[in-house]
Amino acid sequence: MEHSQGLILFLVTLNQTINVSVVLIFAGLAGLFSERSGIFDIGLEGKMLIAAFFSAAVSYQTGDVWIGVLGGIGASMVFALIHAVTSITFRGNQLISGVAINFLASGLTVVLGNAWYHQGGQTPQLSGAARFHDISLPFADTVRDVPLLGPLYSDVLSGHKPLAYVAFLLVPLAWWVLFRTRFGLRLHAVGENPASVDTAGVSVIWLRYEAVLIAGVLCGLAGAYLSTSQGAAFGKEMTAGRGYIALAALIFAKWRPWYLLMATLLFGLLEAISNLFPNINVFGLFTIPVQFTQALPYILTVVILAGFVGKATPPRAGGEPYVKER
Amino acid sequence: MEKMPRWADVFLVPFINLLLAFFVSGLVVLAVGENPFDAIWIMIKGSLGSTSGLGYTLYYATNYIFTGLAVAVAFHARLFNIGGEGQAAMGGVGVAVVLLAFNWQHWWLALPFAIIGAGSFGAFWAGIPAYLQAKRGSHIVITTIMFNFIAAAVLGYLLNGVLKNPNSQNAETAAFGPGAHLPTAHEILAPLGIEFSKSAPLNISFLLALLCAYLVFVLLWRTRLGYAIRAFGQSESAARYAGISAVRITMITMLISGALAGMLAINVVMGEQGRLIKEFVEGAGFVGIAVALMGRSHPFGIVLASILFGMLTQGGFELLWEMPDLSKEMVLVIQALIILFTGALDNMVRMPLERLFLHLHKKAA
Repeated sequence: MEHSQGLILFLVTLNQTINVSVVLIFAGLAGLFSERSGIFDIGLEGKMLIAAFFSAAVSYQTGDVWIGVLGGIGASMVFALIHAVTSITFRGNQLISGVAINFLASGLTVVLGNAWYHQGGQTPQLSGAARFHDISLPFADTVRDVPLLGPLYSDVLSGHKPLAYVAFLLVPLAWWVLFRTRFGLRLHAVGENPASVDTAGVSVIWLRYEAVLIAGVLCGLAGAYLSTSQGAAFGKEMTAGRGYIALAALIFAKWRPWYLLMATLLFGLLEAISNLFPNINVFGLFTIPVQFTQALPYILTVVILAGFVGKATPPRAGGEPYVKER
Repeated sequence: MEKMPRWADVFLVPFINLLLAFFVSGLVVLAVGENPFDAIWIMIKGSLGSTSGLGYTLYYATNYIFTGLAVAVAFHARLFNIGGEGQAAMGGVGVAVVLLAFNWQHWWLALPFAIIGAGSFGAFWAGIPAYLQAKRGSHIVITTIMFNFIAAAVLGYLLNGVLKNPNSQNAETAAFGPGAHLPTAHEILAPLGIEFSKSAPLNISFLLALLCAYLVFVLLWRTRLGYAIRAFGQSESAARYAGISAVRITMITMLISGALAGMLAINVVMGEQGRLIKEFVEGAGFVGIAVALMGRSHPFGIVLASILFGMLTQGGFELLWEMPDLSKEMVLVIQALIILFTGALDNMVRMPLERLFLHLHKKAA
């Protein structure tokens, strides 16, 4: 079946939206776990960046992208551990620690990349088994001709990289863990009122360590997706503020997993639109500049934060180091 | 009883933090196969060894003094202004608007108005998050981060639109007139018979930065307002009880902070570039956080820390030439480690030291 020009553009936009949302979903879920436990994480960006670099580097060296993903997760977890030791054990300022982590990743990726590959901070292009390839969902070719639903299934939902499907499956999993398991409920409690959790005989320190390390794993997946799925190499500063967009999505979603999925898809749609249609002409009357589309996630988040539309209230104990009463 | 003598608190702890940061940086240099001591020597020689190097070092230091003061003033009211980057960018717009609006005849006529432009635009950009925190309770750290990105978008829009120089391919404004040119160190020192590098961008803004540092000191420790700001930072509830308005202090502190960050544009946009370009702030807003932490939020400490960071930035460029295996981004690593050790991991050094001093104290008694 031949698609009309408009339908093709529509399908391409939706396909792109899913593609660019994946990173935001991983990183947003990372922030969700960390912040629900009461540890602010503005270092999502840095953890993603270091993970993107190490996934690309390890994939290139071993020729196996799955080992590369593990490398990225490992690097991100080392950074998460720095954040945990700093903000939980030594009760340092979580925001400053996050800033340091972002700086460290920006510097370290280029320093190591240059020393190892001499390509101005880039890693060599990945090919074959060293990167991810599109996978087709079952029956993608047979149902393409079904009106409306066919193309949606075959051209939008099918044909993404394996990690993309992992990201979308992680959303219900995160919801289940956070709202239906003992661990998740304790995590909520520790972010709202750590003293009560402590009184119940559960270790606040250990719970928070777990949450921050989970965030490390998820940022690792986000970074790995960037350099081995969305792209096929690491590029200097390739996260380009996505860690902050994920943070914005998390606030926009009021720290809830399903809302987070909606927020990341919305912000992903905005990114896809600004990539595909830089300046949008509205009926020849005026032009929406690309900068406006790019800044819209941040503007929307400020509006939400200001409580003009709904109210985003962060976990109450967020950012406060826990000191046991003596 | 004091836990630690004052000298240990003010000098020993930051010094050990700094040593730790340099030690770990040295390990990174070793890891890429270069000699850390050679690297330090190259950086010192490159940043202080010639008037050109010194001129660049102090030029960068000027930026960091402005952004460091901006962060520090907010710190005193326990506000974390992470938006120096965006406020400085908007300061650049203010400078450009003022300098392009008239055909300025002399720099000393243009400078006061450029300062007003830079300061008011920077203050405005900090004022919105301040208002949202004071009145609507939105977290200032998050809003100032968001405003960094919005500022980048605004700057990009203006430089591709109304402010764009039609005769240029690049996203930049037209060049400012010769009457808006600030005297450089070379031009100031030449009549005194001192030969200073012509190429270095150091200009009279450095003196403006020192003046700002002095004014911040006077504000914080010699005026009622400064007392109110510090009281608010120590204990918000106590300050409220003393009749200090939280909304008023939050607003005023952030307006001052934003204005200081905006001043960076005087040095870069007016002093060095002579026109407004897109990415002129180059992370100086974030370096201001490191500078404020190292300088213990005191103007004197900030000036010293800024010169150190200026040396790092300039020395980093020298590394690029002398050690091809080491990138200038090594400076980012060093800065990150300084932020980490002096800012976030302070307790790691402080807690054992406190115990040590307590132990010594008991022995002496």
